[in-house]
This record gives sequence, structure tokens and C-alpha cells, in this order.
Amino acid sequence: MLKILQYIVFDLTRSRWSYFYFFFYLLLGFGLLFLNTDLSKAVITLMNIIIVLTPLIGTIFGVMYFYNSKEFVELLLAQPIKRSSIFLGQYLGVAISLSASLVLGIGIPFLLYGIFLSQDIFNFLFLLLDGMLLTFIFVGISFYISLCNNDKIKGFGYSIALWLFFAVIYDGLFLVSLIMFEDYPLDKFSLIATILNPIDLSRILVLLKLDISALLGYTGALFQKFFGTNLGLVISLTMLFTWVLGPLYFFIRHSKKKDF
Amino acid sequence: MIELINIHKSFGALDVLKGVSFWSEEFGVTTVLGPNGSGKTTLIKILLGMVIPDDGEVRFNESTINGKWHYRNQLDYLPQIAKFPDNLKVSELIKMIKKFRDKTTREQELIEMFDLKPHLEKKLGTLSGGTRQKVNIILAFMFDSPVIILDEPTSGLDPVSMVRLKELIRGEKKKGKLILITTHILSFVEEMSDQIVFLLEGNIYFKGSIEDLKISTKQENLELSIASILEEQDA
Repeated sequence: MLKILQYIVFDLTRSRWSYFYFFFYLLLGFGLLFLNTDLSKAVITLMNIIIVLTPLIGTIFGVMYFYNSKEFVELLLAQPIKRSSIFLGQYLGVAISLSASLVLGIGIPFLLYGIFLSQDIFNFLFLLLDGMLLTFIFVGISFYISLCNNDKIKGFGYSIALWLFFAVIYDGLFLVSLIMFEDYPLDKFSLIATILNPIDLSRILVLLKLDISALLGYTGALFQKFFGTNLGLVISLTMLFTWVLGPLYFFIRHSKKKDF
Repeated sequence: MIELINIHKSFGALDVLKGVSFWSEEFGVTTVLGPNGSGKTTLIKILLGMVIPDDGEVRFNESTINGKWHYRNQLDYLPQIAKFPDNLKVSELIKMIKKFRDKTTREQELIEMFDLKPHLEKKLGTLSGGTRQKVNIILAFMFDSPVIILDEPTSGLDPVSMVRLKELIRGEKKKGKLILITTHILSFVEEMSDQIVFLLEGNIYFKGSIEDLKISTKQENLELSIASILEEQDA
């Protein structure tokens, strides 16, 4: 598996898309700090961007890479390599490369602005961890969808639709259902609904860490009330890791049964 | 060496293999024949573990291959359609595939044999069909494994390369290897094979030597024998 991981990372360092994302994050980081010299405020703005963008980039890049490397996979399948190593290596290669683009792209400008000397360093690192988790989650989901659909257009469509669902539609539906059923106790429902959406979950995770109750919103406040800040952090982090492992598990399981 | 026991495989509503059982010789050339869509490639891919059968067992050197991968160390495979990552150079591809097996390789000899030297630094995406097939041949033969599986090895080759390929196969046969070939070119079959397997409608219709086939169909040559089988099937 390490050989495959190595090869894919090497392949991606030659791809202009990795650099495109790197420079995009770099520009974003510098842009934010240029407009907003207060580091802790910049971290909050960055969070709002990261929780929507990293899933989108993970999804698009995941689908594109998966379909483009189909030939490579078929070549490897005839070699003495375990099937799960091929797919796990591919997944880790893409997720790690994207995470590296994120960490370096955002990290460099904040480093130059002295994030290490500020109190926000842990919040900032937490935000990067959050972005990495979201990258892993959405690369996993898009890989699974792509594996299930031989048709590239379908795979792309479903993956983008799922991102749209989690990033935009989910909150809308959630809000509507809260208004419609406002006469009922909705605490448990809201908690569960939040846990089922990795984007909401990661937003709450960062806000709990930043300890800004004004931005928590209904579900976040509920989360804090229900679990307290520390337990809330542990639970949301655990759930995010579950979100990483879940799609990965289905992806690997399906890869073992698939015909090539 | 290779044993297939009651293999079933369907793709959706299409039953491709309906209980194929087959055991190979220890060495020699076996060609798999059959009309388009008779399941030749599926059979080969099942052997390689690329397609998972619905039912049945594949055994390699007397142990089942289900979910295993070490056995592929002793297997060389030439796929029917040469699919390569387009952005790699030929030399990079060869180097990469070599890394997956701890074996001495003989690609230099093969590169010279098929005149691939001028193409080594080209990207795979820019190669012509025939040149891709030559790269395919080099990847398949460079490990010198005891079992070689060739799916339509002649497609796109010019006459010179075809002669070289036949030489290569003959040489491998002399070393006592087991070689499994699918092809539609009957002159190639007559020239190369010790044994033929005829797949028809998801089953093995005939297994034996070319002579046996001619006798059983009462025809003078291979082409007519096969035509008579297919006509009989249609009637």
C-alpha cells in the first residue's frame, strides 16, 4: 500500500490541480489577513469558508481523480497487490495531498502574520484539523459514489448533489421542520439531525472550541447545553471521525466485490 | 496448475458463464476460442481475481484464489485493451510496475526485440495503438513468470512484431511455461496451440487438440470445424 500511496502523492505533486488548490488557499489566507488584521476574527471568517469549501473541493477532486485513475487501477489489479491496498492507497493519497494543500496554503500566511505568537494558535490548529477531517470525509464519500457508478457524469452529479444537500439544503429542511413542529420538544431531534450532517457538526466543533456562544445558533447552543463544552467537543470530534471511517468502510467493502 | 470448478457469472440479466469447469495442463499453449461475447475475457479476469464469480471456485497450484493475491506473483497478464495512465512516460510506467514485484526483469531484451527504444521517453497518451500494444507485451513478459495469460495479444501489431511475438511465445513454451491465449486469428491458433478450449453460450463446448476437433466435426481444417460448430448451434 505504501508504494501505491507514494506513487499517487508523486503523481499529484505533478498535477496542476494540487497547485491550483494550494495557491487558492494561499490567496485566501493572505486576502483574509489583509482585510482583517485581527487574527481571531480572521479565524472565524476562515471557518465559515473552510466548512463549505473543503467539502466541495474534496468532492470535486475526489470524483475527478477516481475516474481519471481508472486505467491505473486496472493495471494494478493484475499485479500481486491486495485489492484493498490499491483503493486505500488511492484514498489516502488524494486525501493527504488535499490536506497538505490546505494546511500549507492557509498555514503560510497565518504563520507570516505571527499566529504562533498569538493566543489563537490552538483555535487555528483546530480549524485546520477540522478542514482536514472534512476533506477526508468528502473524499471518502465521493470515492464511494464514483465506485458505485461507472458513468462519470452520474458519479459527478450525485457527488455534487450530496455536497449541496449537506452544505445548503440540509439546513433549510432542518429550519423548516423546526418551525413546523415548534409545538413539540425538538431537542433530541435537533441533536440527531446535527450529528447526521458532517458540515454542521464541524461548524459546531470549531465554534465550541472558539467559545463564541453568539455564533453557535440553535443547534450549537443546544449542543453546548446538552453536553457542556468539553463533552460536546469530544462527542462532535468522535462523530466526525465516525464520518471519516463510515464512507471509507463502505468504499473498501464495495471495492472487494466489484468487477473490473 | 489452474483449475476452475463450476464457475457461474452473470452481468445483470446476462448469464455469461453457466457452470464452466476447466483444468489446465502443467505447461504448453492453450487457446481459448469462442464467438464475441462468449465469456473468454470474463473467464480470464476471473482467473486474475479482477471479476468475482457468482459461484464456483478457482484454484491455482491447488489452493483457492478467493480473496488472495500472492498467487499473482506467478502470473503475467496481457489485457485485451491496453489502458495506461496517459500522463506517464513509457519508461516511468515500466519502472513503476517493476516495483510491485521483487523479481529480476528482462525488459531491456524485450524493448530491443520490439524496437521500443525511440518511444521510451514519450507519454503513453501520445502512442499509437500498435505501440501501446507493444508496451503491453513488454509489461506482460518482463517478469518471466511460470504462467502467462494473453488476451488478444495480436491486436494492432504489424507483421514484423507479430513474427517476433510468435517467437517469444515459442521460446516461453520451450521453457515449460503454461500459456493461455484468447484470439480470433485462426492461423495463429493453428500455429501456436497445443490445446484449444471452445467456449459457447457460457459453457465449454470442446476441449482438446486441434486434431481432435477436426475429427469430431469431420472437417479438414480448423476454420471449417469452427464454422460447423457455430452453424450447428444456430440450426
